[in-house]
This record gives sequence, C-alpha cells and structure tokens, in this order.
Amino acid sequence: MTFFDILGGALLVLGLGFFVAGTVGMLRFPDAFCRLHALTKADNLGLALTALGTAVLAGTWSAAVKLALIWGLVALASATSGHLIAGHALRATDRRDRP
Amino acid sequence: MNAAWLAFDALLLAGILGVAWAAMAPGDAFRAIVMFMVMGLLVALAWVRLRAPDVALAEAAVGSGVTGALFLRTWHALPREAGRASEATAARPAAPRRLRLAAFGLAATLTGLLVAALASLDGTAPGLGDAVAARLAQSGVSNPVTAVLLNFRAYDTLLEVVVLLAAVVVVWSLDARPAPRPVPARGPIFLGFARLALPVTVLAAGYLLWLGAFAPGGAFQAGALLAAVGIVLLLGGLYRPGSGDRRRARLAFGLGLAGFAGAGALTLGLEGAMLRYPPAAAKTWILAIEAVLTLSIAATLAGLFLGERSAPARTGGERP
Amino acid sequence: MTTATALLYGLGGALLAGMALYRLVTAADWLRRIVAVNVLAVGVASILIATAYRGPAAPADPVPHAFVLTGIVVLVSTSAVALALIRLLHARDENHHDSR
Repeated sequence: MTFFDILGGALLVLGLGFFVAGTVGMLRFPDAFCRLHALTKADNLGLALTALGTAVLAGTWSAAVKLALIWGLVALASATSGHLIAGHALRATDRRDRP
Repeated sequence: MNAAWLAFDALLLAGILGVAWAAMAPGDAFRAIVMFMVMGLLVALAWVRLRAPDVALAEAAVGSGVTGALFLRTWHALPREAGRASEATAARPAAPRRLRLAAFGLAATLTGLLVAALASLDGTAPGLGDAVAARLAQSGVSNPVTAVLLNFRAYDTLLEVVVLLAAVVVVWSLDARPAPRPVPARGPIFLGFARLALPVTVLAAGYLLWLGAFAPGGAFQAGALLAAVGIVLLLGGLYRPGSGDRRRARLAFGLGLAGFAGAGALTLGLEGAMLRYPPAAAKTWILAIEAVLTLSIAATLAGLFLGERSAPARTGGERP
Repeated sequence: MTTATALLYGLGGALLAGMALYRLVTAADWLRRIVAVNVLAVGVASILIATAYRGPAAPADPVPHAFVLTGIVVLVSTSAVALALIRLLHARDENHHDSR
C-alpha cells in the first residue's frame, strides 16, 4: 500500500460521500428544483474527486489526461441537462399555475 | 480482495434486477423508460466486469442511449392530457389472475431451464477463443472482437447492415408525425454545450473507430456517437435540414451496405472468395469498410430516431 | 461456469429473462411490452457473455461477444420498427376518435 494508493483510495471514498449526499437529497427533497440543486452540486464535486482518485490510482499521465477529459465532458453534460430539466420543470409549473 | 469483488457483483446485480423490475412495472411510462436506460448503463458496467468492454460500449451507446431515445420519442408522440390517456400508455386494470399465474409459470420454467443449463456447464468446453487467437495475426487487427466481426464472421455483419437498412426504410415509410422539437430550441447554455461538446464527440467517434483495431471500440460504437451528434444538431435546431438533405440521408443509409457488398464483390474478383481480404492489406480493407460503416450507421440510427419529416422551424410556443 | 462471477451474472441474466417474459405476457400497455422484449434480450445477452468469461486474467471468448453486439444492433432496429408501428396505430386511433 504505497502513499499513492492511500491517497487515491481516500479521494475515492470522499467522492463517494458526496455522491451519497446528492442521492439522499434527490430522494428526500420536496420538488424538482431542490432535487436538481442537490444533484448537480453534490454530484459535480463527487465526480471531480472520483476522477482525481482514479487518476492517482492509475498512475500514468495518459490515463490522467483521459480522465480529465471524461470529467470535463460529464460535467458539461450534467450541467446542460440540469439546465434543460429545470427549464422544462419551470414551464410545467407555469402552465399549471395559469388560471 | 475476491470477497470484495463478489460483494460488488452481488450489489450491482441486485441493482440491475431492481431497476429492470421498475422499468417494466405499470404506471408512469416516463419513469419506466428512464429506469430502462439506467438498467442499460448498469448492465454495461456488469459486462465490463465480465471482460466484455466492446459490448459494454455498444450496450451503453446503442442499447441504452439510442433505444431509450426512441422510447422517449414514442412516449412524447402519445397524448397524455388528463381524460384522454392513450391506449398505449393507459394504466389498465391488472391482468386477470389466471393469466398472471400462467405467465408466472412460464417465466419460472424459462428461468429454471436456463439455470439448469448454466449449472450443467463445467468449463470443459473450450469455446472458440483459442481458434480465434491462433488466426488473429492473419486477420489484420489485434482486437479479437473486431477480427471476428469484420473478418472471420463478416457475413453476419453484412446481414446486420441489411437489417439496419430495412428498419430505416420501414420507419421512414410509416412515420405519421415529425419528431418532436424542444421548446425553446436555442438558449445560451445549450448553444455553449453544443459548441464545446459536439466537436469533441466527433473526434471521439473517429478515435473509437481507429481504436477498434487494437483496443475496445469499433464501427458500431463510433457510429452511435456520431448519430448522437446528428440528433442533437437536428433536435436542437442548430441545423435546419434543407431540400436536398432527405436525398443525402437516403444515400447515407445505403452507403454502408453498398460499401460492404462492394468490398465483397471486389474480394470475390481478387481472391476468389467473398470477403476474403488479401492477407497483406487486411487491416486497410477492414478500416475502410469500418469507416464507411460508421457513417452509414450514424445516419441510420439518427434516421430511425428523427423520422423522415423534421418539424418545421418554430420560434417558440406550445408543443402539439 | 468456471468462476463465481460468471455464475452470478449468468443467474442474473436468467432472472432478467424470466422477469421480462412475465411482464411481456401481463403488460399493461404496448410500450411496456417493447421494454420487456428489450430486457429479455439483455438477459439472454448477459448469459452469453457470462459463458464467454474465462477469468480475470485470460481474455474472454470473442465469438459470443460478436453475437451479442450483432444482437444489440438488430434489437434496436426491431424496437424502432415496433415503436413506429405503435405511433402509427395511435395516430389511426386518434383519427378514428376525431371523425366520430
């Protein structure tokens, strides 16, 4: 168990904690906007920590670059889909509130 | 370490079974479709555990992504207004008790037979792995799955391309309504996403195609990525199809079959047998066929989703 | 089955196939039926891939993988046609209701 193994493992566990927090928020919050808030914020940080931990465990620079690219693309996609879902939910609530 | 992996596998399997059950449960159709897509991703993870990364890539991209998109498009085309639930998604009263018992008996029989067959395997059958490994050097590529798909069993892949073409012909003949358009079609965040993500995705598709020769990847996975790019472009209103685009799309559908069958005819003339590549240039032949296949598969998958008539350009407003 | 992993996932595939068959027969609507067909295919594919597994060190048997890949593409084609038929049937239903 080298130093890098411990560091990578610790980062992964930390990232896992953030993912669990996001999932608990998704299950417990009352409406779509609160749930989106919990998911996008917590999962973003969880993803960054997980990608960092995996890069440390992988050990090679090429793996680290690929993981950085994956992190960037997933962050972009989750931010965009969070925005699109929020817009859809907003329009749905507006339609329902209209007399 | 072994016990930890086994615990992981058991948890993953429990997740897959639970999500699959929720995907087929009556009730909210949208929830079922999302559960189905999640199941596809979890199954892809399971297949990576079973050392099948090429198939896992295809399942995540095509089995979960494209199929889920097709489901969502169909769900959207059916009315969901209160008081007029459609035949296709209305929650009917549960099936009669006798039917459910009969179905349970049938399902239990199937599962029992499969489990008995699995239990009777004792690992002595060698399979075809050794035969493939023995001839891998002559196939032109070093990824065994690509070698099987594009060289040893190229006929099957040729017929698979025929199935894709037949499907898009049928879907384009049947479609009654154009594919849905988002409201609003453009916004700064979506445009920014498209500008950043789409070129990277095209690059990733090309990379997957080239990678397929020696690592997990290949024409189908790359084609699915390109199809996603096409769907985002057209669905997001970033590209308005012009008058000649329908004809160009039809050409693209037929391109894969024409290229593959043409290669077969050429090899028939050169080597005396269909799809027997000249041994020295096998890799070039395979890459060329795969490149043509990628473009055609991308067009076909996008065509299956979008349908023949795209929605007219709207500045905004209610969905039909 | 040489390893516990493969046996576990093979059993999972068998269970998926059974669940999907049950839902296929008792489904409440057409969309759920097509989902059940897809899950059935995924279950059978899992069994194929589980039988191709040769342990964590050796490469797996590539021929069942090629079968499953072909199967996935054929399945998406079939699902697309089935869903187009559902849309068409629904459009006919709508016209029929409106013209009454």
